[in-house]
Amino acid sequence: MSSRLPQEGSRINREKTVDFRFNGKNLKGFDGDTVASALLANNELLVARSFKYHRPRGIFSEGEEEPNALMGIGEGPYFEPNIRATEAKIKQNMNVESQNHWPSLRFDFLSINNLFSRFFAAGFYYKTFMWPRAAWKYLFEPMIRRASGLGNAPRDYDEAHYEHIYHHTDVLIIGGGLAGITAAKALSDRGLSIMLCEKDCVMGGRYLEDCESGNRERYKKLHKSSMEILKNSKDISVKLNTTVTGIFDHGFALAYEENQHSDTATKKALWKIRAKIIILCTGAIERPLVFPDNDLPGIMLAASVRDYLQKYGVLLGDQLVLTTNNDYAYKTVIELKRRGIDVPVVLDTRTSSDDPIIEEIESLGVRILFGKCIGKVEGKRKVDAVGICSVNGQGTIEELIPCNAIAVSGGWTPNVNLWSHCGGKLLWDGESGFYKPDPENTPIGKEGETNMLVLGAAAGIFGDYDIQDQVPRKINQLASRLKIKSKRYIETNIFSKEPEKKGIPTYVIPHGASKEKHKKMYIDFQNDVKLSDLQLAAQEGFENIEHAKRYTTLGMATDQGKTSNINGIHVLSQILGKPIDRIGHTTFRPPYKPIPLGLIAGQYAKKLFKPIRKTPIDKWNSRKNAMWEPVADWRRAYAYPRGNESLEETLSREVLSVRKNVGLLDASTLGKILVKGPDAGQFLDLIYTNMMSTLKDGKCRYGLMCNEAGFVFDDGVVARLNEQSFLCHTTSGGADRVFSWLEEWLQTEWHHLKVFIVNLTEQYSQIAVAGPKARELLQSFKSVDLSAEKLPFMHFIETYIDDIWVRVYRISFSGELSYELAVNSNQAEELWNKLIKVGKKYKVQPYGTEALHILRAEKGFIVVGDETDGTVTPHDLGMDWIVSKKKKDFIGKKAFSLPYLNSSLRKQLVGILTLDKNKVLPDGCHAVEDGKAIGHITSTYFSPTLKRAIALGLIENGRSRKGSTLEFESSNKESIFAKIVEPNFYDPEGTKQDG
Amino acid sequence: MLYIFCPTCQRDCDETELSCGGQAHLIRRDHASSDKDFYKYLYERKNDKGIIFERWRHVYGCGKWFHTARCTITNQVFGSYSAKEVQPPKSILATIRRYRVDFKGWGK
Amino acid sequence: MKRYSFSSIFTEAFRDNLGWEKAWAKSLPKKEYDVIIVGGGGHGLATAYYLAKNFKVMDIAVIEKGWIGGGNTGRNTTIIRSNYLQESSIGIYEKSRFLYETLSQDLNYNIMFSPRGVLMLCQTEHELRAMKRTSHANRINGVDTKMVTPEEVKEIVPIINIDGPRFPILGALWQPRGGTARHDAVAWAYARKCSDYGIDIIEQCEVIGVKKKREKIVGVETTKGHIKAKKVCFVAAGHSSVLADLAGFRLPIESVALQALVSEPIKPIIDCVVMANTVHGYLSQSDKGELVIGGGADGYNNYSQRGSFLHIEETVRALVETFPVISRLRQLRQWGGIVDMTGDRSPIISKTPVDGLYINCGWGTGGFKAIPGSGWATAEMIYNEKPGKLASPFSIDRFLEGRLIDESAAAAVAH
Repeated sequence: MSSRLPQEGSRINREKTVDFRFNGKNLKGFDGDTVASALLANNELLVARSFKYHRPRGIFSEGEEEPNALMGIGEGPYFEPNIRATEAKIKQNMNVESQNHWPSLRFDFLSINNLFSRFFAAGFYYKTFMWPRAAWKYLFEPMIRRASGLGNAPRDYDEAHYEHIYHHTDVLIIGGGLAGITAAKALSDRGLSIMLCEKDCVMGGRYLEDCESGNRERYKKLHKSSMEILKNSKDISVKLNTTVTGIFDHGFALAYEENQHSDTATKKALWKIRAKIIILCTGAIERPLVFPDNDLPGIMLAASVRDYLQKYGVLLGDQLVLTTNNDYAYKTVIELKRRGIDVPVVLDTRTSSDDPIIEEIESLGVRILFGKCIGKVEGKRKVDAVGICSVNGQGTIEELIPCNAIAVSGGWTPNVNLWSHCGGKLLWDGESGFYKPDPENTPIGKEGETNMLVLGAAAGIFGDYDIQDQVPRKINQLASRLKIKSKRYIETNIFSKEPEKKGIPTYVIPHGASKEKHKKMYIDFQNDVKLSDLQLAAQEGFENIEHAKRYTTLGMATDQGKTSNINGIHVLSQILGKPIDRIGHTTFRPPYKPIPLGLIAGQYAKKLFKPIRKTPIDKWNSRKNAMWEPVADWRRAYAYPRGNESLEETLSREVLSVRKNVGLLDASTLGKILVKGPDAGQFLDLIYTNMMSTLKDGKCRYGLMCNEAGFVFDDGVVARLNEQSFLCHTTSGGADRVFSWLEEWLQTEWHHLKVFIVNLTEQYSQIAVAGPKARELLQSFKSVDLSAEKLPFMHFIETYIDDIWVRVYRISFSGELSYELAVNSNQAEELWNKLIKVGKKYKVQPYGTEALHILRAEKGFIVVGDETDGTVTPHDLGMDWIVSKKKKDFIGKKAFSLPYLNSSLRKQLVGILTLDKNKVLPDGCHAVEDGKAIGHITSTYFSPTLKRAIALGLIENGRSRKGSTLEFESSNKESIFAKIVEPNFYDPEGTKQDG
Repeated sequence: MLYIFCPTCQRDCDETELSCGGQAHLIRRDHASSDKDFYKYLYERKNDKGIIFERWRHVYGCGKWFHTARCTITNQVFGSYSAKEVQPPKSILATIRRYRVDFKGWGK
Repeated sequence: MKRYSFSSIFTEAFRDNLGWEKAWAKSLPKKEYDVIIVGGGGHGLATAYYLAKNFKVMDIAVIEKGWIGGGNTGRNTTIIRSNYLQESSIGIYEKSRFLYETLSQDLNYNIMFSPRGVLMLCQTEHELRAMKRTSHANRINGVDTKMVTPEEVKEIVPIINIDGPRFPILGALWQPRGGTARHDAVAWAYARKCSDYGIDIIEQCEVIGVKKKREKIVGVETTKGHIKAKKVCFVAAGHSSVLADLAGFRLPIESVALQALVSEPIKPIIDCVVMANTVHGYLSQSDKGELVIGGGADGYNNYSQRGSFLHIEETVRALVETFPVISRLRQLRQWGGIVDMTGDRSPIISKTPVDGLYINCGWGTGGFKAIPGSGWATAEMIYNEKPGKLASPFSIDRFLEGRLIDESAAAAVAH
């Protein structure tokens, strides 16, 4: 059983008790405890069920590599699933729940999978569940889905606050262990900015926990002085609780900061760091050995056993067996013995070791068996005894030793993920049995320079002496390479050169284990990948490590194979009889530590998610309960319903008010781009299909832009303000696109032209005053003379309405007498109010974008995006008149000559009148002829003006079909017949626009 | 996350400030060109696995276009230059040769 | 080849699965083949399979520079749908979806085609109109889709936020027989059947040169030596331009990195595929419980199979807005695939300037769903030495003639 020792624990505050709940049970821990340490202190060994077989699992490690102990933590809007118990700190009244079991953790119905595991070998899904065909969707898949999936999803909306923080630094040091601290000290005072990120809540990494007990005081002194230096160095900033989780191109690092205080909500931030040099001091992760029954609760990595003792005063078990292949793990035994804990036996896979630690252990009375390992573990949901066998044998049990915990160590794996994220290659170190960074193939920065340096255990250098020796040397080299202030950093090595802790690369024991035993030897705990699964994968030809991974799901669990990768690669190499370096490894991908999706979204969520662009008249629209329509980032008033009106009634009222009296439209979103300079006309001639340079001062001209492929891209009215200035209006959604388009051509193709472009979209607001009484309304302001002589159609003047400057364009998108008033945006609301007030006499009404669309459809005017879809030419639209024949060149001209753009089969814009005038054609429906679609509806409305349904459409060879009747299929059952006509339903002579 | 030097602003810019415009030094074909040449201009791109010359706009910054030479395998950037240049500056070609002895030249 | 069946599984279970053979044989190249397919992804393997099955062409090698299915076949978000707008797109994607329906049985390998339904959200009036147009086009061309109301959307996907406020859901296009499949399994299943037909699958074999005689193909130079062939087809998405370069021509293609990510696994919360084009993201949940998330492609050419964080951020932001409960799930893994982007974002299945050399490329961000149909159409083209009805709209010539197949009217984002 696991328990809390009466004293010690560097991380906990025994003065402060914290109450929390685990699966409904009230438990106590101390301030500073992780969920894992608190559970162990309460003798909760069984804490989880595995993914596939729902096997009982316990806490296996002390850190981010934890494969088993995943919990649902918190409640309501703060509930989070799949949290590693080893990383979460307990908080007062915290609710912790284990996952993936039903009805309870202890009695999990789906552990029945375990019994049938012989059928569930790797890849069995691919071989079965195929008959009958429908059963996959309705039976098998739902069953599989329900059984998989670990934790529950949160139900409530997230209320946490997340933020992104941007940071630039010369050097980013990742990891605050001995290597990281020494690197920071060595780099200091050279005129560089240095940032050090440490994932833990304290600095120091492993070196304080792992030093020889006799040296502890010396180490503490060094640590204290180092911390003083870091604190007092103005060029070093240290971020604790911050895990660098991804490395991207050109020195971009992503770090995940998670501050857990027992009293407050956890603060989460995403750091986006741009660093010139990244120094990787990420240490190493202990690797387990693979032996039969190695997944029982009560089995833990040896260093983690030590960590729980020292950091939390928590003991995994009071009868603990160590199985190891290296000297380093013996430190755990020393720590246990120091506290008087029984260690019945140490099983060492090696034949001998000459490390002095062996003698020390033996002198403590611990029995060490070389050449032996674990052949089986007895116990159900916990460890009761280990069966000892020979490493080289088949696993015949020679002796059964009672115990209640097992510490396991298969050596250490340098933590090289971040090295690989952005192109760093790895080298196989056969002697030590791990992959380490290849100094010849480093990640590079934007200029091709090596921008990452790896130090300490991450580089495969483990001894404290060696690290303190290596780091200053490497940093001095780096300084001279970078030609930075090259003071040499010298640090007296306080460590003594110790004999290197040795191990032999053993991964799977016993070597001759039988097939039956292979089925109990777990490589990937969370995904239940066993030795036998990898064997089967290899047998079936999934030999490539990527294939094996995908076939067995090895290393694809939430721990991303932190403890299983190397063992898996080794097993594959054994089976295939290929050296490990020819097996290779799977690609490490960001993130190293999983990041909450809400944190990735950051502060740009909810209200700040794609902020709404509002016009200056938005407040008024809002007061009038306008219905909204999003147009690009804008919101526009779609309609202004009154009282109990139906939408149809509203639209009809708005349309008729324009046709009969006068309406006001907030057209502020219209794009407005000023093109200015001696060559402005010449430039616009190249951009528009028609001629703009000939436009006279004070006049307007409608223009069409195409892309090089000949398709309509945007349209709008161009006004010539003076000799050198044109104001080009664009569609609301297209303003930014057109602006970029003009800039691109101007800067990259026609840069010899003397032209400037400014996007004035928000500078001016625009109000359309449309309807037969528009002139009267505007004339009622004293200063304004808008008589037909003074302001003819397609002209504009600048004047004042009261004292508000306006530019009045006489243009019409409705076919009525119409003016558009451009006004400085800060006076738009005032002007709008004046127009509404004065307009009362003329029964003025505001109208929204939908009425606008109906009005223009009645006239057959196109809307880019409705009548066009990126595949429509001006010719298709019947707008040949707008394509200049005279101009030598303009964008799109060449394309108009391509064969397909002149095909007789092209769709052409036509007007469509249903035979039943009350029958409105559905949006987007198609005309069919001989069962084939020959065109579609682009706009369709009930016209309040004409009291009948009208539509525009693009129909194959449509212009030649005028007068004929076509079938439009509105659903499976129904067709609507309609006549093809000229696309101009209202006032075809165009007399109305003169008032 | 690329970090590219804007020759107008004279500083490195984060990828979030930039937008890429594809192959640089394209020669525009107008209506007088053959259909084939026009197709090549409009669609056929050098899509080298290796060094490319491409156009970028510092869109959330100065708004100016510029050109870079970049390796599409390693993302190493060999330099930025004005979009008005009709061919890459010699200094950039020299830099490329320093890193890639087999570099055949920018037009190849 | 040993059939996968209930009884074989049962028998094998009781003898430690020792009887299972290699899913596909590891071959070394012969001197000569009738047809060489360059590229051992889904499209290449499917092409070889349908050449053998439909046209009895058996003397084929599929050569792959890495491991089969290691390109975009194993790096996508596994969505299968055919709710396209243009007739030619509908043709090939619906053929493909139709073949997926019975692919597990056809290949005797459970590729887990799961017709869980694909929902394409409409979040602006404009998008709603465009989607209605698509739904009509689908019906006329025999694709089973329909428009559903916001309330129905909520019923299909209870975790969705239909109220906005930024982009309230106005409706959606629902394809009930769209869905997902297990991507790796598609490559493995085709490989296994190909191997059974005697087709050589040669991995770790990179094409480094193309042998021509008077503009006619005669073979390829590879890292495993020279291999002669009467016909060659490049099916190597991401590297199409590199191969075309070896053969002496250029393609209207650019290679960019498309990224995707998965969350940690959780119990089922969403049963169908949801695509939100206005906010730019799509999401489904795998049978393992991971949320599979995709979005936009990087804006610059790239062969590095890694991308920027920028697009991940935008995609996740869009989906957290659409599905607020996923905010506290965590991103487990992200990856990038190199995709071919053509000028009109539609694929190319075509003859090339080199006689006897064919190409299948340009699937952009949406190749996975097309695998069976694309293989079918490409096989037909290779056998008949000219594209058939499915493939002919997708010839390279279309760019020359201005005959583009532009789907952008239907969706801002393709997959």
